[in-house]
Amino acid sequence: MSRQYETVIGLEVHVELATKTKIFCGCSTAFGGAPNAHTCPVCTGMPGSLPTLNKKAVEYAVAVGLAAGCEITKDCKFDRKNYFYPDNPQNYQISQLYLPICRNGGIEIETGDGKKKWIGIHEIHMEEDAGKLVHDEQEDCSIVDFNRSGVPLIEIVSRPDMRSAEEVTAYLDKLRLMIRYLGASDCKLQEGSMRADVNLSVRKEGTKELGVRTEMKNLNSFKAIARAIENEKNRQIGLLEAGKGVIQETRRWDDLKEYSYAMRSKEDARDYRYFPDPDLPPVHISDAWIAEIKERQPEFRPEKMLRYQSEYGLPLYDAEILTESRKLADFFEEAAQLCGRPKKVSNWIMGETMRLLKEKEMEPEEIRFSPENLVKLIELQEKGIIHGSVAKEVFEAIFENNADPEAYVEAHGLKSVNDEGTLRSVIAEIVKANPKSVEDYRNGKKKAMGFLVGQTMKTMNGKADPKLVNEILSEVLSE
Amino acid sequence: MSLMSLTATELGRKIQAKEVSVKEAVEAALSAIAAKEETIGSFVTIDEKYAKKRAGEVQKQIRDGTLKSPIAGVPVAIKDNLCTKGIRTTCSSRMLEHFIPSYTAEAVVNLERAGAVLIGKTNMDEFAMGSTTETSYFGVTRNPWNTDYAPGGSSGGSCAAVAAEECSYALGTDTGGSIRQPSAFCGVTGIKPTYGTVSRYGLIAYGSSLDQIGPIAKDVSDCAAVLEVISSWDRKDATSIKRQDLNFTAALLDDVRGMRIGMPKDYFGEGLDDEVKKAVLAAAKILEEKGAVVEEFDLGLVEYAVPAYYVIACAEASSNLARFDGIKYGYRTKEFDGLHQMYQKSRSEGFGQEVKRRILLGSFVLSSGYYDAYYLKALSVKSLIKREFDKAFAKYDVILGPAAPSAAPKIGSSLSNPIRMYLGDVYTVAANLAGLPGIALPCGKNSRNLPIGLQMTGDCFQEKNIIRAAYAYEQARKERRI
Amino acid sequence: MSGSYKDETLKRVSENGSGAKSAMADVISDETIAYVGILAKIDLSPKEKEQAQKDMGEMLDYIDKLNELDTSGVLPASHIFSVGNVFREDIVTNGDGSKEALANAPAKKGGGFAAPKTIG
Repeated sequence: MSRQYETVIGLEVHVELATKTKIFCGCSTAFGGAPNAHTCPVCTGMPGSLPTLNKKAVEYAVAVGLAAGCEITKDCKFDRKNYFYPDNPQNYQISQLYLPICRNGGIEIETGDGKKKWIGIHEIHMEEDAGKLVHDEQEDCSIVDFNRSGVPLIEIVSRPDMRSAEEVTAYLDKLRLMIRYLGASDCKLQEGSMRADVNLSVRKEGTKELGVRTEMKNLNSFKAIARAIENEKNRQIGLLEAGKGVIQETRRWDDLKEYSYAMRSKEDARDYRYFPDPDLPPVHISDAWIAEIKERQPEFRPEKMLRYQSEYGLPLYDAEILTESRKLADFFEEAAQLCGRPKKVSNWIMGETMRLLKEKEMEPEEIRFSPENLVKLIELQEKGIIHGSVAKEVFEAIFENNADPEAYVEAHGLKSVNDEGTLRSVIAEIVKANPKSVEDYRNGKKKAMGFLVGQTMKTMNGKADPKLVNEILSEVLSE
Repeated sequence: MSLMSLTATELGRKIQAKEVSVKEAVEAALSAIAAKEETIGSFVTIDEKYAKKRAGEVQKQIRDGTLKSPIAGVPVAIKDNLCTKGIRTTCSSRMLEHFIPSYTAEAVVNLERAGAVLIGKTNMDEFAMGSTTETSYFGVTRNPWNTDYAPGGSSGGSCAAVAAEECSYALGTDTGGSIRQPSAFCGVTGIKPTYGTVSRYGLIAYGSSLDQIGPIAKDVSDCAAVLEVISSWDRKDATSIKRQDLNFTAALLDDVRGMRIGMPKDYFGEGLDDEVKKAVLAAAKILEEKGAVVEEFDLGLVEYAVPAYYVIACAEASSNLARFDGIKYGYRTKEFDGLHQMYQKSRSEGFGQEVKRRILLGSFVLSSGYYDAYYLKALSVKSLIKREFDKAFAKYDVILGPAAPSAAPKIGSSLSNPIRMYLGDVYTVAANLAGLPGIALPCGKNSRNLPIGLQMTGDCFQEKNIIRAAYAYEQARKERRI
Repeated sequence: MSGSYKDETLKRVSENGSGAKSAMADVISDETIAYVGILAKIDLSPKEKEQAQKDMGEMLDYIDKLNELDTSGVLPASHIFSVGNVFREDIVTNGDGSKEALANAPAKKGGGFAAPKTIG
């Protein structure tokens, strides 16, 4: 039945900008801190306080707009959105309705089957975040904390161009990567620095008109978004099939119970009485300023991937993984330039680095070690000073504490033993202790060689050059 | 003679000359307050302890030579919509009856830096909404010239305190005439500077695009001196303007030769009280005699200023006053069922009639379906009005007219008919819409011995023109004992 | 434009006062007052409502005067001066403000403002 219906989705994505201070006051945007510690008269809406605009927030918004192919509004203004809620200290939110800072952009997404699709961006506007409400069971009241009040946000409003959860995920992924590349936000859904509200309607396949849409809030992960879309699509189809209409409303998703409910209140009218904020003069964004911001834009992923293949001779697979985060890409390039062995660097990043990140549930942005130390490690390997498992052990120390590999190898006595005399006597012991394997080898079972090398390396605690071990062993066995 | 009979700068000079101590000046103010407050009611809060402590500090700084300002040590009263750290700031509203700000308004910071001694906070129309100081939660203020009459408003407390000599000068705020009209009614001098000249940081907003802080004093010299102190480019107020020409006292010249003064014909129509008209025309005559070129002219759109003003002011107020919700500060109703009712009851009980009237009107003109017809229309009319003034100031240095259609009204006679009350603002609101500086000063008295005020309006950033013309007129008035 | 504007307006007012209802006054219905009351979070007694309805009707009727002016092509002036680009640099200037923030709170709990329970 649902095959006859098409799902039409538009997203409103809120992104917290990575400024040090709030959008209209000099309070810190740092996470944590005691309730209301990061507040002042401005962000708590004290009588007589006035907002002053953070220039960096404007620059981040323009940077995101440019990256998303938007037109930048040369003369933009701030408007007040009036509504009462305890997390909204002035009972109006400073936002942009009439002249948003960016308009008419879009980004190309790629879905699993390799299909490309253009998702239009209607506008990007700037606004201030609200405070936090925590429900207090004991006294049946809500506790208001304004630490997040006034944190700068951009709201990226897409056109209703998406048709499935997969497209939504691809769009969000692309957007997130782009914004992270810009350093404009860390875009963490779980922590709320990226929030997506889903506008969804359904219509019979082939119809042109849009159906009645609902807006879904409180979606804290990609999985929640996908589940909410599926659920809402089915709910709407169910209503239509039952001959009932869809009501235009805002719904809240409960991801634990996997259902949504309407956030209606007869005590509130959705009439925000927007008007230009008289406290904030307009923002003029000159061509020169736009050019300056453009100049600072980073190289984005698609260009980077191409360059990594041509300039460093990496396979497409490597280029894809390395550019998944700007931090990783920057790290790679710095290291590759230092040591001149890009593929070796790439292997360490794609292999051990990614493994440890995953194991420790860390983001690439949280990498603490320096490219210099990775390069030193690679050089130790190249010079034959350490090998295989020892190198991995040293790398873990680098990853953990940015250890200097040379000092670490020295301190832990991890240098390979390349003294022939020592090796020969160890090998003589091994040969003596494993007559069966020796026998096998001499009978043509060349595989037995591997076992004997392994035994030798084990006895040496990995501190031997496997090449040298091989040489000596074959010499001894052919005697 | 009481020290309070001196002008602020006269008293300041005596303090600098060590003829008078700051303590004596403050005590003179406090004893005047003790004697007159019961009949006048200028103040909401008098902070004797703070004044005396400040007197000591300021005296010390004057003694060691670090404070040389002409107003150092001089007692000042501050309108109660300007935040003062540690001293309650009520806006004359039940809503803020117990509100104690954590910071001081920038204009007051500037004053205190110059050594001003704050003695108290003055009464006003609730949230500056009114023209008589009768909408205060703390009771009316009476006109010192005749206590059956209102002092005007909304800065009625500040003007009455200056007129009653309870302080040497005061700060007021002017959104639609709230400094100039009560100055006229109380026979004192007040300036509303060009929008952006005095920082609004710490001024509890009524109509943000219209509000300005200004001095109220005994004469033009005091006003110029105080304005010089409170004006500043403040990074905390994004609408504050960086100006180089803040040496207003340099314009205190008894010379209007060649000055071009225009009188809008529409200001002298039938709505104007005869006695006021006569007094203002007589003042114009004097300026002419002193060498100014005075002529009548047609200033367009006069009748549209009041309706445009009320749309804009009420719209902004409805949003500015939304923050008073019983959660962060201010009045919270005692009993309620749920959030929505807490909001409604707190605001309905915490705000007075006039404030609610304006919030409702402001919410309506911004509401869906009416925004274009009312709010945008008013903003467009504001643009047109500004153009009319631009044309006028191409020809004239000063626009001269009455400050109000009549002298002070009797207490209790104004509030019943809001439109009639709002029409009293005809001569003053246009300056707020266009951001222009204006000064009101006495130009005689009517048959009931109530003061009549003259208003001079200048082009943006041209305070010096109105100060100069007003000073010259004031000198002539002194000579001729008008 | 001659000098009788005030007179004229006052005449209009007194006409309204004497019972001649204006067009706008009719538009302001009970529902309008109730609706605006919800927006502004102001609850009026029946008597206040009646008064508010009358006042607002008269005010709007008076404000309708603005429609006499042709403002097509006129840019609405939200700011009187053409000053723009007033910025603050992204530098933390404020320290712990919790004590000041909460100093006037009618109800507080655990370092926060205590508000009646919100839904959702």
